[in-house]
Amino acid sequence: MADGAALVTDGIVAGYGHVLVLDGVSISAMPGTITAVLGANGAGKTTLLRTISGVIRPRSGRILLDGDSLVRRAPEDVARAGVAHVPEGQGVIIELTVEENLRLGLLLRTARDRAAALADAYRRFPVLADRRRRLAGTLSGGERQILVIARALLTAPRALLLDEPSLGLAPKIVSQVMELIRQLRDDSGLTVLLVEQNARSALAIADQGVVLNQGKVVAEAEAGALAADVGLRRHYLGF
Amino acid sequence: MTLLRHVLTALVAGVVLFLLATRLSAYRDYQMAEIAAYVVAVAGLTVLIGISGQISIGQGAFMAVGAYATALILQHQAAWPIWLVLIVATLATALAGAIVGIAAARLRGPYLAGVTLMLAVALPSVAEAYQSVLGGDQGLPVAATVPGFLGVSFPLTRWQAWLGIAAALVVLVLLANLMRSGIGRNWRAIRDDEVAASLAGLNVARLKVLAFIVSAACAGLGGALFGVVTTIASPGAFTLTLSIGLLTAAVIGGLGSLAGAIWGSLLLVLVPSYLSNVASSHGLSSAASSSVPIAAYGLVLIAVMLAFPGGIQGALRRLLGPTAPAATTPLSALRRHASASDHKEESKT
Amino acid sequence: MQEFLEFTLGGIATGMIYAAIALSLVLVWRGTRVLNYSQGAMAMFTTYVAWIVISHTHNYWLGFVLALLAGLVLGAVLEQSVVRPTFGKPPLNSVIVTIGLLIFLEGLAGIIYGGQFKSFPAAFSIAGLSIGSVDLGITPADIFTAIAVLAAAAALALLFRFTAVGLRLRASAFNANVARLLGVRVGRMLTLGWALAGLLGALAGLLVTPSTFLYPNSMDAIFVLGFTAAVIGGLESPVGAVVGGLMLGVVLSYVGGYIGSDVVELAGLAALVIVLMVRPSGLFSSAAVRRV
Repeated sequence: MADGAALVTDGIVAGYGHVLVLDGVSISAMPGTITAVLGANGAGKTTLLRTISGVIRPRSGRILLDGDSLVRRAPEDVARAGVAHVPEGQGVIIELTVEENLRLGLLLRTARDRAAALADAYRRFPVLADRRRRLAGTLSGGERQILVIARALLTAPRALLLDEPSLGLAPKIVSQVMELIRQLRDDSGLTVLLVEQNARSALAIADQGVVLNQGKVVAEAEAGALAADVGLRRHYLGF
Repeated sequence: MTLLRHVLTALVAGVVLFLLATRLSAYRDYQMAEIAAYVVAVAGLTVLIGISGQISIGQGAFMAVGAYATALILQHQAAWPIWLVLIVATLATALAGAIVGIAAARLRGPYLAGVTLMLAVALPSVAEAYQSVLGGDQGLPVAATVPGFLGVSFPLTRWQAWLGIAAALVVLVLLANLMRSGIGRNWRAIRDDEVAASLAGLNVARLKVLAFIVSAACAGLGGALFGVVTTIASPGAFTLTLSIGLLTAAVIGGLGSLAGAIWGSLLLVLVPSYLSNVASSHGLSSAASSSVPIAAYGLVLIAVMLAFPGGIQGALRRLLGPTAPAATTPLSALRRHASASDHKEESKT
Repeated sequence: MQEFLEFTLGGIATGMIYAAIALSLVLVWRGTRVLNYSQGAMAMFTTYVAWIVISHTHNYWLGFVLALLAGLVLGAVLEQSVVRPTFGKPPLNSVIVTIGLLIFLEGLAGIIYGGQFKSFPAAFSIAGLSIGSVDLGITPADIFTAIAVLAAAAALALLFRFTAVGLRLRASAFNANVARLLGVRVGRMLTLGWALAGLLGALAGLLVTPSTFLYPNSMDAIFVLGFTAAVIGGLESPVGAVVGGLMLGVVLSYVGGYIGSDVVELAGLAALVIVLMVRPSGLFSSAAVRRV
């Protein structure tokens, strides 16, 4: 099981073309913790994750994984460095089977480990074992979310970036997924960066929270403290 | 008053070019006529690709239709005035364009290119299949002579040049007005986003077919002129290389730009023989040197696509700033077909 | 009856060539969303490579192998240099670029080798086979063609289904962004796809050129029919490509045999247009068609 790494961003300025989305974002996620990244739509949460995983190149700023710089690396290299990004919309490859999707995650492991890791994944997520030969496109929303998280875990990441895992899921499934994430932190000491619109659920499992607004960090505190700050909650988080 | 402006510009240009034709040698007049024929065909093609967003690699095939139609008409109606012959040939080609356009209306980019490519490749065999009517490999003669009212000793090439210039100017004025009209706007709309356009109530299929008809008609007229100028309509004159040459001319000039069509046609006529000569003088056999322009087309297409998506007109615009005539379509404005899952870079945060 | 048999078997033999071209088109399409109009010209070019080698060494198989290698290399080089920049740009760009490649390769071949038709040897005898007194209308060369193409198709299928590389190729084709996030070097997969397609095309060129003779435009008509076969099969489906090729080969063989060989190209054009109008996604694709 991988030990989580420390993930730090420092002064990230990034955007698309002429549009600036992140204006100097600095966060630090301690090893083995869940950091919730919250804020309204358009605040820059997804952009932040995409910048960390290399999909977007920042204009300036640093991104460090246990002290190693990730900036200027292609997404495939960031993934190989140990950052697993589960994108918004899940990123299930619908034309492949469940097992093929999982095997894709295994490709970064040595051949010897693969069989064991896959068996382990099936043990942990029996719902995937049951559906292993089915096309991933036939899975329900909740099952897909589990598939992509399982797939990301198979890459043996040191940090896991989750972009809105609760999106489009029924409340009961949402709490199952959140519970799964909490277990990942507890059992494997994984560092998790959790972007969520559903701030309440995210803060319930997170260790610390960061609130973004219009590309800047407006609050950064221990999760419980954030949840208790009613003014902040109402203003930025909608509850 | 755009129409007036266009007509006046055309009249002035016409007078200048007519005078020029009287000063140039017979060979240069011949080249002017050739260039004019290509201008007509390339202009139609550049409107089709740049304005309506449909690709055709078969423009040469439509030129052939125009040339053969002209030959056949003159065979049976030798007394018809040339303008009538040209109009009928153009209409015949427009009909062919309608047929292809209707079949093609449902096709998107790569498929449409493939069908038109097939047209261009299959064409020579049509001429050979109908040997008795179409003359097979040898082709048919185009017996167009200088009309009586110009006088007995009027040089053939000068008349051909005048005819070409007049036809090209008429076509350019018509296309320019069409591009600025409501139809032109609708074409651009379907080019940029077909789905949005149809949701906005535009009859996409009809507009696409119309664009094809216009483009084919231009090719037909160009081919008819070409037949008149070369006095023959044969399969060897309308090869795949020609179709690709026309495409190259449109691309170099800037897709969607009529001025670019002129540039491109100039290059299309003047450069190949220059290149061949250079090649021969460097010791290449004649067969090899005639391949040099062909390789050059390819290189140019690739280079222009990669470096200058806006063609010559686009490059001019960048150099001269907003004062340069702006009718070019930067290719980035053409509708992106890229599969949605592959290119989500630009989506919301 | 004998005629029917001859036409059918002959059609299958030519159909295999169309299938090979169609397969390479499908490979490139699925992997890079580009329709490679220069596939035929590439095959022509690699066949010239074989011709040069065979002329100098009189060793057919050496030429054969080197042409296949040339196909791999040519595909990889072209993808990296000329096709990659069109990634993410409007599809018109890649259409024009590959058309440009088509004509460039033809021009280049003309410059280097001249335009005369050159004869090109077949892998095996081209004497007709017969069973007893029944002329089968095919030759050992045809049988080799069928086996070679089927073997190549099978090898590709195995590669895609059962190997890690195949999984990466498919993932890159279906969803390049997600594949990247999982550490797949998508760029290399694009190059590999083109290299494999180049290999297939080279094979097709070697197999068909004995009957068409070798000259810069020798693969034009074959390419166009291979394209038709790919469309018939549905550009997404390798199986469809092979079946489409066979169907087209057989149908055109009947047309050529019973009606006349000068109508064959027109019949091919008609087939293309009919399929595109009636079932544009091809006869074999499933309902989930990507909107082009």
